Amino acid sequence: MTNRELIIALGYLLASVLFILGIKLLGKPSTARRGNFYSAVGMLVAVGVTLMHQNILSWTEIFATVLVGTAIGWIAAKRVEMTQMPEMVALFNGFGGAASMFVATSEQWHVAIEQGGKPELITAITTVVSIIIGAITLTGSLIAYGKLSGKVSGKAIVFSGQHLLNLVLALAMVGAAVWSIQAPAHLLPLLLMLGIALLLGVLTVIPIGGADMPVVVSLLNSYSGIAACATGFVLNNQVLIIAGALVGASGLILTQIMCKAMNRSLVSVLLGGFGQTSGSGSAVGSSEIVVKEVHPEEAAMLFDGASSVIIVPGYGMAVAQAQHVVRELMELLEKRGIDVKFAIHPVAGRMPGHMNVLLAEANVPYDKLVEMEQINDEFANTDVVLVIGANDVVNPAALKDPSSPIYGMPILNAYQAKTVIICKRSMNPGYAGIENELFGYPNALMMFGDAKKTITEVVNELKENAS
Amino acid sequence: MDTQTFITLLYVLILATFVGFELITKVPPTLHTPLMSGSNAISGITIVGAILATGPEPGDFSISKILGIAALLFATINVVGGYAVTDRMLQMFKKKKK
Repeated sequence: MTNRELIIALGYLLASVLFILGIKLLGKPSTARRGNFYSAVGMLVAVGVTLMHQNILSWTEIFATVLVGTAIGWIAAKRVEMTQMPEMVALFNGFGGAASMFVATSEQWHVAIEQGGKPELITAITTVVSIIIGAITLTGSLIAYGKLSGKVSGKAIVFSGQHLLNLVLALAMVGAAVWSIQAPAHLLPLLLMLGIALLLGVLTVIPIGGADMPVVVSLLNSYSGIAACATGFVLNNQVLIIAGALVGASGLILTQIMCKAMNRSLVSVLLGGFGQTSGSGSAVGSSEIVVKEVHPEEAAMLFDGASSVIIVPGYGMAVAQAQHVVRELMELLEKRGIDVKFAIHPVAGRMPGHMNVLLAEANVPYDKLVEMEQINDEFANTDVVLVIGANDVVNPAALKDPSSPIYGMPILNAYQAKTVIICKRSMNPGYAGIENELFGYPNALMMFGDAKKTITEVVNELKENAS
Repeated sequence: MDTQTFITLLYVLILATFVGFELITKVPPTLHTPLMSGSNAISGITIVGAILATGPEPGDFSISKILGIAALLFATINVVGGYAVTDRMLQMFKKKKK
């Protein structure tokens, strides 16, 4: 081993340690930022020593590309709204997949087509794995991005024979992959495999409803890690394998947590379900639900008379950008000696932990955010529950109506509180497209309107009452 | 790649996966979004692969080089954007001044 190779190897080792340390520090809010910084330094080290590699002579090309990429990434990250974080992460994830796909394709093209060599069997296999996973991650993430940002319909797109078509395509793709492994210098199998993988990424994500998107984003994140791992095998590079394994594991764990939170198996998520407009779903039509309306003035009076309040935030709060006024409400209530907590459902929002980030943005202390298991017994002893733009996570049909598509999903037991105020723009069903029977409950009051506007009115009312 | 190297890499993969599972199950739900975004940034490690792929034969614009440059561009966006977004999120979790 030459000195240079030694430095490179030790650099990769240092980078791997920094990645592991970084994730370890991400486990606590107080050290998380430092953890992310360590991980970024690890990346810098890995890139730095890679540039020492003797093969690399085309500095200009590399630097120009890195500069452009840095500018794009940096600007995108600085401009994005906190509410749009999930789609941004989905998009970046797709780019990660694209990178793996391009690296592996480039390797195969270089070795087999341009130099006429025949890669070893193991290298050839990992190359096609890397290309396939990278391509599926790319187009799958793009569709997830489209669905989350509303550019593609959040509804599940299903047609008859869909699963059969996917199966046939998957088999064709494997066939093309095997052919490509045996004849790596041939363009046709390589392009065929690449094309089908890109198509499969689209086809496997379109039938999944918007409510299941957090699971999909998390799973695709895991894929991008696995793709990086496979690339590591292609290039015989340990740091790629270690970093890829960390990402793969994190994606898998988050996917599992979310599936558990919805009481669904990963297979049922992937085959589509929730988001489908099912005719047989809920027997209760919107016309049959009789709701009581409440106006902000009366809501303020209800809060005035309460001694405990639980706030249930959902994506509607994020859309209305209401998190800051919600924090103001929390402070006003606390000043009056009212106990305020936030109940966080594991799949509230568009990403696991999305609500926590939004509320943290609004300076809500994170110890006020209580997870579902810890808070569910408290609802029965709570005076007022304020549900802001959340639907499915408080729908009692999940507990009581076996015909409901969300039956079996653990929910926040908001319906048990003395009074439930539901802040919602209209009677339209939520993201999962399911009627919510809670709205018709005797203790439920609907506060129609934009969450930010109505809650601001409640806050103003409370301030007036105080003076 | 010979079988020996392959097995060594397999060792690395399996051990790293165990470390990953151990570390990540300890992350509280509050930090799940930054975790996902941060690990997404780590997956941009493909940038290393991309640099290696763009390396050979400078000046010569072959298809493999164009693909390598595309890989480098996407990986860089993923890395820089991923870390910057994660940092923005985590800034919000710093201790609040009363």
